[in-house]
Amino acid sequence: MTEESSSTKTRLLSRDLTGGIHPPVKSDLGYWLSIRAGALIFGAAIVLFVWSILHQSLSAWTSHGIHILTGTVWSPSTSNYGALPLILATLITTAVALLVAVPIGLGTSLTIIFFLPQRLKTPITSLVELLAAVPSVVYGLWGLFVLVPWMNTTIEPKLASITGGGFPFNGATNGFGLLLASIVLSVMILPTIVAISRDVIAAVPHEQIEGALSLGATKSQTLLKVVLPEARTGIFGAITLGAGRALGETIAVAMVIGSNPQIPKSLFSTGATLSSTIATEFGEASGAQLAALGALALILMVITASVNAGARTLTRRALRGHA
Amino acid sequence: MTDVLMDLPPDPILERRRVIQETASKKIGRRQLNSRILSGVFGLTLVLSLIPLVSVLATLIKRGVGVISWGFLTHDPIQPTLINQNAVGGIGNAMVGSLVVDGIAALVAVPLAILIGLYLAETESRTANFMRAITEIMTGLPSILLGVFAYIYIVLTMKAYSGFAAIVAITFLMVPVITKAAETAIRGVPHTLREAGLALGARNSKVSRGVILPVAAPGLITGVLLSLARAVGETAPILLVIGISGRTDWNPFHQMSALPLDIYQDSASGYASQQQEAWGIALVLVVAVLVLSLGSRFVAARMRREQR
Repeated sequence: MTEESSSTKTRLLSRDLTGGIHPPVKSDLGYWLSIRAGALIFGAAIVLFVWSILHQSLSAWTSHGIHILTGTVWSPSTSNYGALPLILATLITTAVALLVAVPIGLGTSLTIIFFLPQRLKTPITSLVELLAAVPSVVYGLWGLFVLVPWMNTTIEPKLASITGGGFPFNGATNGFGLLLASIVLSVMILPTIVAISRDVIAAVPHEQIEGALSLGATKSQTLLKVVLPEARTGIFGAITLGAGRALGETIAVAMVIGSNPQIPKSLFSTGATLSSTIATEFGEASGAQLAALGALALILMVITASVNAGARTLTRRALRGHA
Repeated sequence: MTDVLMDLPPDPILERRRVIQETASKKIGRRQLNSRILSGVFGLTLVLSLIPLVSVLATLIKRGVGVISWGFLTHDPIQPTLINQNAVGGIGNAMVGSLVVDGIAALVAVPLAILIGLYLAETESRTANFMRAITEIMTGLPSILLGVFAYIYIVLTMKAYSGFAAIVAITFLMVPVITKAAETAIRGVPHTLREAGLALGARNSKVSRGVILPVAAPGLITGVLLSLARAVGETAPILLVIGISGRTDWNPFHQMSALPLDIYQDSASGYASQQQEAWGIALVLVVAVLVLSLGSRFVAARMRREQR
């Protein structure tokens, strides 16, 4: 304890010497300025970035007002720019993707930490991490040529027969649509959820686990009733971060969702998300449509930035709690 | 004497203990069975999460390997026509495009990100904390937003689609990723090293360049390679700003092509030959990404060993 506090003290002292908030000695002025210049340039770029998207969407907000958020028809050819169908599709695909990816991801993290033999841990972890390395467009291609036929002939008819053709598995099936997009998204956010939840689960104090085991709890009981509750803040952080990824994912979704900006009637219907609409319509857009797409970008930015900020707070709190 | 003892009723406490033990052992059996089943379920989730990876890689190899040849990698594409439906050209233009865009973006992003990393690791102020938060949030923002940004500032201003606009978007994408890695790596350098440098009379700039950065190098290189791996696969921002070009062109101020963009466009094509080409490019892209991410680990591990 004393050792730790004394090292913090040295660190603070040397921070003061080395370009901290105190003005530098003359010979260090160049260094002091240059690291701040780097940060300043990037800070300015971020301000420009936010401003550009605000500015781009300005005319859309002034001419359509709140209608952009609440309008139920998105149809550039008739100058109708209501983003509600897109917002709904974005939220639905993200929610379904989380429903699939969260249990699988948590189970995977628990297995890696508590069940795999030591020498398998690193290779299996790297394999799961490889999932994150595959580019989004390749997942889109895979969804398009491998999953679409499979969904069309096997999964969708099966799901429809389970609910007897009722909601949410109703309507015509063709492979494409919200359900396929959700499944592709769940694969893409899985490595994020595994990576973060693995860190926070591994940070659960050993005493707690051993305590539960010594009281006679079985391994599974310990995992479900001690480890998961103890790590819940961090797990929520992992889920939120996964949600952020899913909300903003663009190309893979654009390739498999069917690009049909209508209010989805079931998970089998085609749709379009905020980001996929920007990707598919930007190339041919001009004037009012470009402004409306700017408004979509703004909505997307606000949603994902707040979700990411939330995720950051949660994971930091979780990891600090055990540090 | 002994008879009297035998006639006594069984000790109630012992009897109770026996009952408890019996029920407990029954219950333990059931609980252990439950535990086994649940462990099985946990194991199953691991298998489930590995299936997509196996499926993606298997399909890539099955459909992509046949397409790859030296000509495919270096020639320009041929547009299929009704007469010549099976035309498969090459992806030379996209290879050059990706190389130029990602290469120049890295050249700009790396020094900038290292400066920001030094700033975040060596100063403690509200501004630094705020910058750190913003940088981390930027990492998670959808990349297509950076495409919109580059479109507004570069494409609209220069009135032309160009590789340059894509470079701006990709640089913006790489900086936060490298910054995070740089900050972590720099914070990991023992403080005694910096103090030793300063005690010898070196300036801060000299200590950073000569002591801190070399020691932090493994982490830095990992960060750079990982951000490159991410940048090479980015489609969304490039799609908005690069235009498209079917010719090999090294000039970033012209329209260009890029590997992920070609996959996107080929996948929408009705021609079987184009779809095949998409798988070929996807294989090239995934191999490039894997080399970068595995390479980053290898380099980092090797440098750490040498430093010891």
